[in-house]
Amino acid sequence: MPDRKDLQYTAEHEWVLVEDDVATVGITAYAADKLGDVVFVDLPEAGSDIASGSVVGEIESTKSVGELFAPVDGTVTESNQAVVDAPELVNSDPFGEGWLIRVRFEALPELMSFDEYTALVGE
Amino acid sequence: MTHQLPTTDRLSPLNDIHVAAGASFTDFAGWQMPVRYDSDLVEHHAVRTAAGLFDLSHMGEILVLGPEASDALDYALAGKLSAIAVGQAKYSLMLDRDGGIVDDLVVYRTGEDRYLVVANASNREVVAAELLNRCSPFDCAVEDESDNIALIAVQGPRALEILLEVPGIGVPGLAELKYYRAIAGEFGEHALFVARTGYTGENGYELYLSPEVAPALWDAIMETGAGSGLVPAGLASRDTLRLEAGMPLYGHELGLDTQPAQAGLGRVVALGKEGDFVGRAAVEAGAPADARVLVGLQMSGRRAGRAGYAVLSGDATVGEITSGALSPTLGYPIAMAYVDPAASVTGTELTVDVRGTAIPASVVPLPFYSREA
Repeated sequence: MPDRKDLQYTAEHEWVLVEDDVATVGITAYAADKLGDVVFVDLPEAGSDIASGSVVGEIESTKSVGELFAPVDGTVTESNQAVVDAPELVNSDPFGEGWLIRVRFEALPELMSFDEYTALVGE
Repeated sequence: MTHQLPTTDRLSPLNDIHVAAGASFTDFAGWQMPVRYDSDLVEHHAVRTAAGLFDLSHMGEILVLGPEASDALDYALAGKLSAIAVGQAKYSLMLDRDGGIVDDLVVYRTGEDRYLVVANASNREVVAAELLNRCSPFDCAVEDESDNIALIAVQGPRALEILLEVPGIGVPGLAELKYYRAIAGEFGEHALFVARTGYTGENGYELYLSPEVAPALWDAIMETGAGSGLVPAGLASRDTLRLEAGMPLYGHELGLDTQPAQAGLGRVVALGKEGDFVGRAAVEAGAPADARVLVGLQMSGRRAGRAGYAVLSGDATVGEITSGALSPTLGYPIAMAYVDPAASVTGTELTVDVRGTAIPASVVPLPFYSREA
């Protein structure tokens, strides 16, 4: 599991781990906590082209539905089947086994640092 | 991920306890209330299998007292409150002149000339104002005591055995108390009013007492119940529990645009009682024949229909979901929906538009879940 301080963040409460030209994307513990127990996850298939800011998936809890926004332009290389099979991983390990998709990108938009994100959520 | 942060100014007398317990909060009718403490699924299952402890201090409590309190409530509400005995409770409705539902209520007769009317938090002001207005021709007083009464609910199959062991609770007859009955007792030296009522579909008790004493009672129940599987439970689990039990929620299944019969609550309106009551003429006239009616929907898969989603028969929209969730107890999605009468027959196959995907749904009887007797 990566150090949270090494991740980048979006205003939609997603985290992004950049390794070369691949971004691994998940939702933050803050977002998972706000959603409640996640019971259903719908993710884009590998090979899908996604556009930054568009809705590419859903994270559903008993209480509500959260949308997964693409944080970058690119092509999905992998979606996390383990989370589809066991959505509770989003709650139990949001920064680790609860990752959602991997995206190959060409250019990275400006994202938030750990400190900036922490300031945003006030925690 | 987008979220709405609560903008709230009213705090429960138990707020410090919830904060210390690490609860997440939500705004409910202007109150900051616990939505969950840790996991709403764990809290839901605890209520079904052991017990859950709920803070319902946001609910409204309005007293109606005086020699003509019975007559006043028979006029003000849809039920025949004069017919219930002291110590009995009754689920009732407040209607407007058009037969629309102002609020759904539980009314306790606490004395020959005394009633306690419990209103939804979101409707406390309107219910208090309407009661004051409707009862004014009668010899009785209406007092909104909501700020002076806290409410704690213990719900679940182990609720009674836990309450009987809580130090300081002295309620003679508690073990024998029947469903929809209530009795007065004490917690320490303080007055405690215990009702065997609830909103979860399980056996359970609701405890009314002074806000100053509520934290001590909460702590005592938590300590006594911990070994029996009792957990504090938030509003998220309360909502999935009541949905499984087929219980309506004001603002979802009930509202001013809904007549009781549409919501399956025709039996709550006592058309046979003597005299007029607010809404009688409209209810007797009835809703239009094509007015939508409340049904249960059972879906397959794991994607739930949510409030506001369209219900379709073929390509035609025939209704709308008012509450829906993946049922934690049953394992499949359930929903309550208002549908056209033609689509309301049990067994009718419909679909729900879940964000662009048509998911099959069958009309099923309510409730979805009943505890074993």
